[in-house]
Amino acid sequence: MKLLVTDLEGVEHSIDAMPNWTVMEIIRDGDLPMRAECGGSCACATCHVYVAKEWIDKLPAMEGEERDTLDGGFEVEPNSRLSCQLIMTSDLDGLKVTLTQDSAG
Amino acid sequence: MTTDAISTDVIIIGAGPVGLFAVFELGLNDMKCHLVDILDKVGGQCAELYPEKPIYDIPGLPVVTGQGLTDALMKQIEPFNPVFHLNQMAESLTKTADGKWRLTTDAGTIIEATIVVIAAGGGSFVPKKPPIKGIEEYEAKSVFYAVRRMETFRDRKILIAGGGDSALDWTLNLQPLATKLTLVHRRDEFRAAPDSVNKMRELVAAGKIDLHIGQIVHLHGEGGQIEAVTLKPDAGEPYTIECDTLMPFYGLTMKLGPVANFGINLHQNLIPVDTEKFESDVPTIFAIGDINSYPGKLKLILSGFHEAALMAQQAFRYVHPDRKLRFQYTTSSSDLQNKLGVTAE
Repeated sequence: MKLLVTDLEGVEHSIDAMPNWTVMEIIRDGDLPMRAECGGSCACATCHVYVAKEWIDKLPAMEGEERDTLDGGFEVEPNSRLSCQLIMTSDLDGLKVTLTQDSAG
Repeated sequence: MTTDAISTDVIIIGAGPVGLFAVFELGLNDMKCHLVDILDKVGGQCAELYPEKPIYDIPGLPVVTGQGLTDALMKQIEPFNPVFHLNQMAESLTKTADGKWRLTTDAGTIIEATIVVIAAGGGSFVPKKPPIKGIEEYEAKSVFYAVRRMETFRDRKILIAGGGDSALDWTLNLQPLATKLTLVHRRDEFRAAPDSVNKMRELVAAGKIDLHIGQIVHLHGEGGQIEAVTLKPDAGEPYTIECDTLMPFYGLTMKLGPVANFGINLHQNLIPVDTEKFESDVPTIFAIGDINSYPGKLKLILSGFHEAALMAQQAFRYVHPDRKLRFQYTTSSSDLQNKLGVTAE
């Protein structure tokens, strides 16, 4: 299972994705920049990523807490998500995300 | 501001859970502590990032919130009367003529001690800065991330950005002083205290505050003086809003800060330590909790507690070189029980 991550320079990396890991953890395990200051407790917005448009609807909808915490992020777009709240499953094999200034700046 | 140096045994940089528990372990071994923290409260990440969130992996506490753990630690260390210097950043560390450490904070506090314990976690909490092009040239001139004196902002055209408690609190506090106050948030929902949100809505309804929904994408001005911002709403065309003061309140982020200049060996912004004493490469400077690194390190609060206990053994040897270190249990030692102010049954 793979996760495709585009870094701040626009380079796409294909990294191994483990089922039931969060996208944040997978990016970190793949040795890509990932600040995730609060360690994945949906408290800081420093794991903010953009999800490729074609994948948005395949993800579980954002909950109130994630929406609130995203207020601490910058350049928030309709496809913005906190990667600590996205859990990898086989349905998401090939998921494409792009790092942001918040997560990788 | 004081120029008189405070004298103590141990300076702890960081009043998070690990810094707080270090007071206990050092106290049992007869060492007095002063703690410095950049936040205006104790508890570090527990209090700042997740005060309400449950923690499930503290030994003996099946569930405790970040604030609950902080409160319990404060109660536990009460017998040792630690002194806190909050809202201050540890700025420089030098050696005195008699070989002690002299720590100076950005508020001018000077503390001298035999031991320095760095328990600074992920570093200093500092305000998040919006990645808007050219914002640096306005900082401290017309863009501010904190309010030191409210009077500074009298008769200004203030634009506050953000949707949390800081943004709302300053909106309510500065509105009476400002010529004009505009609040900007990316959505029409606020995660701040409901009471503050209600008050803000009332002021908007009364025409005393302008509320705009969107994100700031551009700053206009020259020579460090902001004149307007461009706001991009979710739908529709970007537009500009006039202001002479911009105050972004997007929460805090962690930066290592001046600790990097203390002359201690760092590796990837962490302080390598040995696992016997948790001492840095500079004798009498220790590092415990999330800020240290060693083979097998786990960034857990419980690891920090263990590190604090071992650190205190070596600190004792430096602070009380003439005394023999005695290992005792709080369950049975009347000496320790006296220090804790408890009497055994």
